[in-house]
Amino acid sequence: MSPTGAHTAFPDGGHLLEGYQPQPGVPDEMIAPDGSMRYVWAPLVTQLSMMTPEEVEGAFAHGHQHLANSGVFFRHYGDPSGAVRDWPLNPVPVVLHEAEWRKIEEGLVQRAGLLDLVAQDLYGENRLIAEGKLPARLIASNPEWLRPMVGIKPRGGHFLNFIAFEIGRGPDGRWWVLEDRVDAPSGAGFALENRIATNSIFPQLHRASRIRRLAGFFEAFRSMLDGLSADGTQAGVLTPGPNADTYDEHAYLARYLGMPLLEGEDLLVDGGELKVRTVDGLLPINVLWRRMDGIWSDPLELASESQLGTPGLVSVIRQGKLTMVNALGSGVLETQALMAFLPQLSRSLTGEALKLPNLATWWCGQPSELAHVRAHADRMLIGPALSTRMPYETDATYALGGRLRGPDHGGDLDRWLVENADGLVAKELATLSTTPVYQAGGFVPRPMSLRVFLARTENGWQMMPGGFARISGSSDPTAVSMRNGGTVSDVWVVSDTPVAAQTLIASGNMRPASAHINALPAQAADNLFWVGRYTERTEHLLRMVRAYNIRLDEPVSKALMKQLRKQLAFYGVKPAQPFPKAVLAALDSAVNAASQIRDRFNVDAWAALMDMQKSTHRISRRTKRGADAASVMSVMLRKSAGFSGLVHDNMARSSSWNFLMLGRSLERASNMASLLAVVTSKKAPEGGLDLAIEVGDSIILHHQKYALFTSRESVIDLLACDPTNPRSIAFHLDVICKGIQRLSQLHSDQRTDELLQKATDIREGFAARGVMGLSSKALWQVSSDLLDLSTMLNTIFIH
Amino acid sequence: MIYDITLKIEYLYQSPVSKGRHTVCVAPSTIDGVQRLLASDIAFDPEPDEKTERQDFFGNHIVDIGLAHEHAGTGLAATFRVERLQAALEVSRSLPFADLPATLTKCRSMKAASPLHFLAASPRVSLSPLIGAFARDAAGAPHSVFDAVLAVGQALFHRMTFDATATDVDTSPEEAFTNGSGVCQDFAHIMIAALRSLGIPAGYVSGYLRTLPPEGMERLEGADAMHAWVRAWCGDALGWVEFDPTNDLFVGTDHIVAAYGRDYSDVAPIRGVVRLSGAQDSTHSVDVAPVPEPA
Repeated sequence: MSPTGAHTAFPDGGHLLEGYQPQPGVPDEMIAPDGSMRYVWAPLVTQLSMMTPEEVEGAFAHGHQHLANSGVFFRHYGDPSGAVRDWPLNPVPVVLHEAEWRKIEEGLVQRAGLLDLVAQDLYGENRLIAEGKLPARLIASNPEWLRPMVGIKPRGGHFLNFIAFEIGRGPDGRWWVLEDRVDAPSGAGFALENRIATNSIFPQLHRASRIRRLAGFFEAFRSMLDGLSADGTQAGVLTPGPNADTYDEHAYLARYLGMPLLEGEDLLVDGGELKVRTVDGLLPINVLWRRMDGIWSDPLELASESQLGTPGLVSVIRQGKLTMVNALGSGVLETQALMAFLPQLSRSLTGEALKLPNLATWWCGQPSELAHVRAHADRMLIGPALSTRMPYETDATYALGGRLRGPDHGGDLDRWLVENADGLVAKELATLSTTPVYQAGGFVPRPMSLRVFLARTENGWQMMPGGFARISGSSDPTAVSMRNGGTVSDVWVVSDTPVAAQTLIASGNMRPASAHINALPAQAADNLFWVGRYTERTEHLLRMVRAYNIRLDEPVSKALMKQLRKQLAFYGVKPAQPFPKAVLAALDSAVNAASQIRDRFNVDAWAALMDMQKSTHRISRRTKRGADAASVMSVMLRKSAGFSGLVHDNMARSSSWNFLMLGRSLERASNMASLLAVVTSKKAPEGGLDLAIEVGDSIILHHQKYALFTSRESVIDLLACDPTNPRSIAFHLDVICKGIQRLSQLHSDQRTDELLQKATDIREGFAARGVMGLSSKALWQVSSDLLDLSTMLNTIFIH
Repeated sequence: MIYDITLKIEYLYQSPVSKGRHTVCVAPSTIDGVQRLLASDIAFDPEPDEKTERQDFFGNHIVDIGLAHEHAGTGLAATFRVERLQAALEVSRSLPFADLPATLTKCRSMKAASPLHFLAASPRVSLSPLIGAFARDAAGAPHSVFDAVLAVGQALFHRMTFDATATDVDTSPEEAFTNGSGVCQDFAHIMIAALRSLGIPAGYVSGYLRTLPPEGMERLEGADAMHAWVRAWCGDALGWVEFDPTNDLFVGTDHIVAAYGRDYSDVAPIRGVVRLSGAQDSTHSVDVAPVPEPA
């Protein structure tokens, strides 16, 4: 082929489209059935075709880097290893015209309304079953139909307020609903992340073109949530916590929407109301955007083994004092077999046919349906009727393409169908449209489905103008190919008219904060406090271990080394290990505490901490004792300073900050007091004082203030009493007293008064002693007083 | 027959807790043709700060309590006076076993007494193939649903030994079945699993048993604490029948119903008790005495 051939064949697509051949009979998103390119794709394809493959790959790498920097990770649903993977972004978006999008929206808005009506009936009069429109057994045997919720009308009247659908384009070019995700659907945050990353790949296109923005959708949803609250208190995001697959997304959405991220333990039923345990006491809350399966939300009335829930939560809903988005029990609408009945239910409940059909579905518990399924099983996907997941996402036996898979694989399909008929549902094997994926310098078509999101707003249901596409890893156009994983990409909805710029990222931060946003959940306070303590401990240990290793190659007294080993042993550090495991453990504890409150750190600080943990573990394996270890500790100290600096420069001086600093100051002052107690004791070996100013990072300061040589007095003055030295005990006693004072102003009672009194006593007792009065014994006392103070603080605010 | 029931339950924690919420399900209700509640009193210790009474899905009487102050345990002392009515068991009205599937398919009731709630696995009763095989074996080719219930109940009674120390509240039915011993809760759960595996709707009944037998009768197992037995649905005409597999009998006037559920998880007497890894002291006693009839 001539070097210019491709360009003449595809004036807009260039080399990208060479060899792009959609499969016959399978619609393609980019190429119309007549072989022409759909015009909404032109700006994107033109832009990419003007770039060399190196430039394209560079731009894509930029997008991936952006995601990595944002701390976005992806845990695949059902992956037993729970491994965190890089975000599988396909940088080429799926592009759709607004007119087509509007038609999809119309169909899904109708479906959303229908599903809400079905929920109202199932938890209300149960007429659909009484009239024979829905088989009773599908509901009565359904673990998602929550009996405690029967008879409770949701406050506000609606069961559903935020839902998602999985849709795909069939061979006739029409869109079909593949799955209803209407309990606590995930993915809206992923859609946002994809958008931001894709923006960073195609900045010009975004500035110039007519791609509809996502922010307005979120703004409308948030304002609806706030409107659901009876008394103007703010809505919260309810998460199962950091062990959930989608916790990163919960944290991201909470930050983006400016809503508090809450776990079951942060909440408490008190006086018939739901309250948040905060460091300012109990504060009422009455709207929760639930990101947790309903069954786990109350161990008293729902799953009693739940460790994630809040005892009594259902009773608050029963009394009309809490709105859950979506209502508890909405999961029953995700039942796979329900799809078989929705087309009929639509006609009988609304008088209208479904505008957007769903995948043809047959519940095998009916004789004629069973006969049909037995005759056509090879063209169906058959699995558990009451499951809310696709058959291949469960542990159960299922049939695909006429063969049994899972536990009973290889068994007799027809016999299985007949014996288990009541429990089985069959779905037509859908084929999907294809969309371009960039591979080795060109585009190849891959099957895809879309996840789209709808929120109820003050103007009714509204669909997010975007979402994300799941793209198959193989070219098999049947919908089940999705089970093998693949990539995700952004969805661009292109308008014919210019689109107004909107962003919530800037305005979100400007939002007037109600008292609730500032009120720090007690559990989060606990974690912040320990992040402060553990990062500081890590830093202290790095300095001590460095000091030890430097001296290994120097002519210092054996007594000093012995002393140093003893001090390290106090922290569980074994200095014989080139990179002691106890230092790694302190850092891991810091990361662990921080991971529970990811929504409270800015993205860079969290990334810096993760990076420090990663490189520490890596470097620790090849560290050698002595000079090498000393220089490794120096590298890690600089990384640690990077984290502290980012926190310092970016974190608001809020209650969160206060707890972080209290943890840090308590740890630092206590460590310094015990270090000084050892090196200033009468029996201390020579060289200890120099060691102290080195570990206290105050060598230069010492030389500026005093003579070149250290003395007991100069070291105590500098590291214990100097109120201007940020390494001194006095400096941190001051921070501690001010921090506790701030807490007691927000939340004053007898116990906080006692706490403040104790802190003040420690500081004043310390100051009264002065340089000469600070004996080794007195320093030990300060260290132990500070640990008592830490325990007191924990008891009052956190437990 | 009129009974005075006295119930005492007490949990002592290893260390005090600052707050607690409990759902209490111990009080008998009036049930048409079965029993009438004449008087009821539940005293909580410590005194709750919040208390609400309601009916649950199955019509059981529930008290929700909240403790907002520090406490080192929780407990209650209750007295109930209940009239137990005599009802004839008209066995001949049972549905033929062969007609059961079609009858259930036609059923459209979602009310509390609908058999449909009691067919599938429930939180504490999974459908164990082992128990299923036992049930098929025991039932053989039954003529009526009632015959199947009786055959399974009797076979279970003969296979299992009552042993208060063999299991605890969390033992699974399959485990107790394999070990061949357990308490009334285990007997009931195993029988429920067995009946459901035959397609017979079966539920859990918690309640009270007369402490001292009428003269000349044997004392029944399970009278010292809250008791549990099984109810099974034998078609629209006969309805629900109650069988006590621990004592191998259809219940009569010695049994007083406290609550109906799919299994223990629906009717646990006190939910929300602090469960710590270490030992926790609990006491539980019941006395059921007939009220002498006026001469």
